[in-house]
Amino acid sequence: MREAVDTPGFLPMERFQQLLDLLSQSGYRCVAPQVKDSALLFETIEHINALPRGIEQTQAPGHYRLQQTDSPRHFSWANGPQALKPLTFAPRENLWYSEVTADGGLRFREAPTETEPLAVIGVRSCDLAALKLQEQHFQGGQVDPYFLARRQRLFLVAISCTHPADTCFCAATGDGPEVRNDFDISLYETDRGYFVSAGSINGEKIVQRLSLETGDPKAFSQARKEVADSAARQSRQLPGENLQHSLFTNLDHPRWQEVAERCLSCGNCTQVCPTCFCHSENDVPDVSGVKTGHERQWDSCFSPGHSYLHGITLRQETSQRYRQWLTHKFGSWHEQYGRSGCVGCGRCIAWCPVGIDPTEELAAICSPSTGKAD
Amino acid sequence: MNPYLPLEAEVVERIQETPSIVTLRLRLTDADARHRFYCAPGQFNMLYLYGVGEVPISIKSGPQGFLDQTLLLDHTIRAVGRVTRALVRLQPGDRLGLRGPYGQGWPMQRARGEDVHIITGGLGCAPAVSVVHDLMRQRELYGHISVVQGVKHADDLIWHEQYEHWAQQPDTRVLLAADEASASWHWHTGMVTGLLDKLQLQPDRAIAFLCGPEPMMRASAERLIELGLGADRIWLSMERNMQCAVGHCGHCQFGAAFICRDGPVFNYPQVRDLLGTRGF
Repeated sequence: MREAVDTPGFLPMERFQQLLDLLSQSGYRCVAPQVKDSALLFETIEHINALPRGIEQTQAPGHYRLQQTDSPRHFSWANGPQALKPLTFAPRENLWYSEVTADGGLRFREAPTETEPLAVIGVRSCDLAALKLQEQHFQGGQVDPYFLARRQRLFLVAISCTHPADTCFCAATGDGPEVRNDFDISLYETDRGYFVSAGSINGEKIVQRLSLETGDPKAFSQARKEVADSAARQSRQLPGENLQHSLFTNLDHPRWQEVAERCLSCGNCTQVCPTCFCHSENDVPDVSGVKTGHERQWDSCFSPGHSYLHGITLRQETSQRYRQWLTHKFGSWHEQYGRSGCVGCGRCIAWCPVGIDPTEELAAICSPSTGKAD
Repeated sequence: MNPYLPLEAEVVERIQETPSIVTLRLRLTDADARHRFYCAPGQFNMLYLYGVGEVPISIKSGPQGFLDQTLLLDHTIRAVGRVTRALVRLQPGDRLGLRGPYGQGWPMQRARGEDVHIITGGLGCAPAVSVVHDLMRQRELYGHISVVQGVKHADDLIWHEQYEHWAQQPDTRVLLAADEASASWHWHTGMVTGLLDKLQLQPDRAIAFLCGPEPMMRASAERLIELGLGADRIWLSMERNMQCAVGHCGHCQFGAAFICRDGPVFNYPQVRDLLGTRGF
């Protein structure tokens, strides 16, 4: 059953520029997905012409390709390798600087936080769910001032998905494809334009100034049906909602060894994962010899340094690293943050160079027929 | 407040414990920071060496114990990695960065009125030393105290005088073991677990604090359980790679626990299932 909803106002496609202009006038730099290096990446945008138009995509294990079609739509594809993560948790950033003073002392100075207001166009439902998880991680206990500042400057223009990739399984994790909350503006795309609604006070301020037409309830209901149909087209499933017990009772399952024979331990899955939070800290000395920056950089549980402990690497084997990743993402995450760390975006499947699919691995490890029963 | 920013500290004294182990006695240079600093036994600081990096180091307490912690903080460091090899070369007067304290220390409240058995293995074992200091400072709050220390070779034992001193305290026993004895070794030869039968354990009024290599802690904990001690009366101090110390960087995860934040001291049932599993 679909709940009764008011029909949002409609922004014809040719007026989409207005949204970019209003955001820009309100002080935001806008970023939107654009075709770059054969993928869709968030890049600065000033004009609607820079948006992909008629681009569709094929994603499969170890496979990501874009195709040009005649469709007038800008968002008729699922996702690119980036979620919101690089915008809130920078791949590399300085935390502080230290300096040797004339008397041989050490002075520490905080690195400035990123505050430039940024509007992100075309945020997917899975990305919003991932952002929420990252907020829990970086703001739930000790507040990370760098993450917080980057998060607070964001204005999120989200869009419900109509063209899931073969790798998508957000319906199985409950994180999509329809955008329901945690946005400033939400869009539903049709061939003619967008149904637009506000989800925050900031969003409302922009929506009020758009020249919207009265939305046609039948067209809106059709737009929502497209989204619902896109959920029904997703085929990947997970063997259960909370796999913590099942995974941790199968730590010796032979499948860990089998997947390790294919896994390159490259860490691509963790780099494209919108919820992975591991990072290393490194000192980067200045050539002057009296100044150094202390920076953090995304790390991966697939790197040998991740499990370094006083001279030894605890996870020497790829099987142990893959197991660390999967038991954390789908297992211990439940205990840490009250839900799985997977939002079903499928990026780890498409961007794995050898096409390992965690949903298949989980089915093999956690299913009652091969694994130990719960 | 920025949880990552270190404070400046100065090396007040450097004590060469063994060729590869050094104790650095540190003082925060800022008087307000010294005044605000409060730590408990079992907690750790992040020490930062200029241009090199940060490492987590247990706080062994100051020369007068934790009462003195606002003035001086002892850190015993074994030179094993890139940062620690450079840290042990610091000399009195040198400056470094310090932030902390971090983590959950030993359950001192829970130990009140109980016999406390401290079982440690390996070199130094600062987390255990810090707790013995604290027990001795308020000796009347606890029952019988035993300090059980195992080392690989008799020559590895440091802080001899301290053990001798503790052995003379009322209702306190010190039991030492070396896998390989030397000519002058008058203590037990063998594994530290071989000493546990001599503890005169009274399971209903005992609590055990374990610190050392994981196989040793696991064997000791399981032996104590065989001797009748409840698993929830056993606590142990864990170690993993730590870079942020506030549960953000992800390296120290042990199952669902972030060792830096939820530990380093854990109640045994919290870690029992995974302890000893290769790769965790």
